[in-house]
Amino acid sequence: MKITKEKWLSAGKSLVFLAALIPLAKLAWLGLHDGLGANPIEKITRTTGYWTLTFLMITLTATPLRTISGWTWPIRWRRMLGLFAFFYASLHFLTYLVLDQFFDWPAIVKDIAKRPYITVGFPAFVMLIPLAVTSTNKMVQRLGARRWKNLHKLIYIIGIAGVVHFWWLVKKDITEPVEFAVILAVLLGFRVVKAMRKK
Amino acid sequence: MSNWKIPKVSPSEITPQEVYHSRREFMRLGAGVVVGSTLPSSLLAGEKLPNLVKSNYELTDKLTPLADITHYNNYYEFGTDKESPAKTAGSLKTRPWTVAVEGEVHKPKLWDIDSLLKLAPLEERVYRLRCVEAWSMVIPWVGFPLAELIKRAEPTGNAKFVEFITLNDPEQMPGVRSPVLDWPYREGLRLDEAMQPLTLLAVGLYGEVLPNQNGAPIRLVVPWKYGFKSAKSIVRIRFVEQMPQTSWMKAGPSEYGFYSNVNPEVDHPRWSQAKERRIGDFFKRQTLPFNGYAAQVAQLYTGMDLQKFF
Repeated sequence: MKITKEKWLSAGKSLVFLAALIPLAKLAWLGLHDGLGANPIEKITRTTGYWTLTFLMITLTATPLRTISGWTWPIRWRRMLGLFAFFYASLHFLTYLVLDQFFDWPAIVKDIAKRPYITVGFPAFVMLIPLAVTSTNKMVQRLGARRWKNLHKLIYIIGIAGVVHFWWLVKKDITEPVEFAVILAVLLGFRVVKAMRKK
Repeated sequence: MSNWKIPKVSPSEITPQEVYHSRREFMRLGAGVVVGSTLPSSLLAGEKLPNLVKSNYELTDKLTPLADITHYNNYYEFGTDKESPAKTAGSLKTRPWTVAVEGEVHKPKLWDIDSLLKLAPLEERVYRLRCVEAWSMVIPWVGFPLAELIKRAEPTGNAKFVEFITLNDPEQMPGVRSPVLDWPYREGLRLDEAMQPLTLLAVGLYGEVLPNQNGAPIRLVVPWKYGFKSAKSIVRIRFVEQMPQTSWMKAGPSEYGFYSNVNPEVDHPRWSQAKERRIGDFFKRQTLPFNGYAAQVAQLYTGMDLQKFF
């Protein structure tokens, strides 16, 4: 019985892994079939940014879901989901670096310093790097559970910075950033309430 | 000021021969129609516009493909993303259509669109279009100078500005049900800007009747200003004494000024305007002062601090 459940969970995890690649596959397919529209670079930037935020939100859902349901699988999938957030964030950053700016370093430095949405977006990406690097079991052991946990609380700041980044870049219609902000508020609010109850 | 130079033509800007020839072909076809023949009573998007007159307003820049011009639109009345207008603007009815010319004029008039189309010879003009979002296109518009209409309206001495008002009909325009901008869409020009020969009332592009998503049946084209200044689907043109408040000025007074001249040295508060991506290009290019029309229009702003009057 137990083995069967393990098998189901592992199959489920593989399915989620494949599903998480669908946005990338779709982009690639559209790219090969002239389907990215008049401004392909903008489309790739928007899409990878959208999926970065989406995977950040999904990752942040794991803990509340475990708490409410008692299931353990959300926690066991959390690392993979978090790494997908990092994966799409990397694509997003590389799109900016290579396709959008084409290594125009002075322009990039100026962007980071002068454009508020990049000023918050860039450090959010940088902060994801140590989290991705320390995502292995070995690194958890090396850091110790407490320090590892504290380090990975950065995800809260990254989530907020990511949503603010999106909010500040849209010209006028803030519908999508607001949707992300509401979801993030619920996910972080859950943790605040939990922490207050513990006291 | 010293850096306003006519840009050198790079090889990438030169129109490929086949494109050039197809343009010749289309001009020839346009010119082949008997001059003086009357326009069909109901011109629909995509129909060929007859009696096109050749103009001197041409560019060596490669034309943006029609499919991109018609499927990448900022037209919030049909949705805020750029793909929506092409999908939803079919609900716009461009006949019957009237344009009210009113305010500080001696001869106010309610123009029927079909008489407007015969007001002056329709000419093709290839203009650059620079969006405030830092992308650009090269578009072969068809239209006539706004000045032709203004002369017939005979502005009074009080007329200092011209206000352009877009249709505001939730039945035809799903986007206006959402309060993303203060509807109806309003834009404005100073009277001398409106009289500038470059300022066009466009009724077509690529030799055909203007597609709905591009602002049919009649729109403004002011090529040295950011794209949003060029109001679409105009129903009222009002001559006024005071500077009109525009929709984008209301939406973001610190981000969108009345003038909104293309200026690589004045950034949008949230992004740089120094460069632009020409649709279809990989590398960004430098944005030109007044979008490359400085020689024609810079003198309109002599003595003005363009950082202040952005």
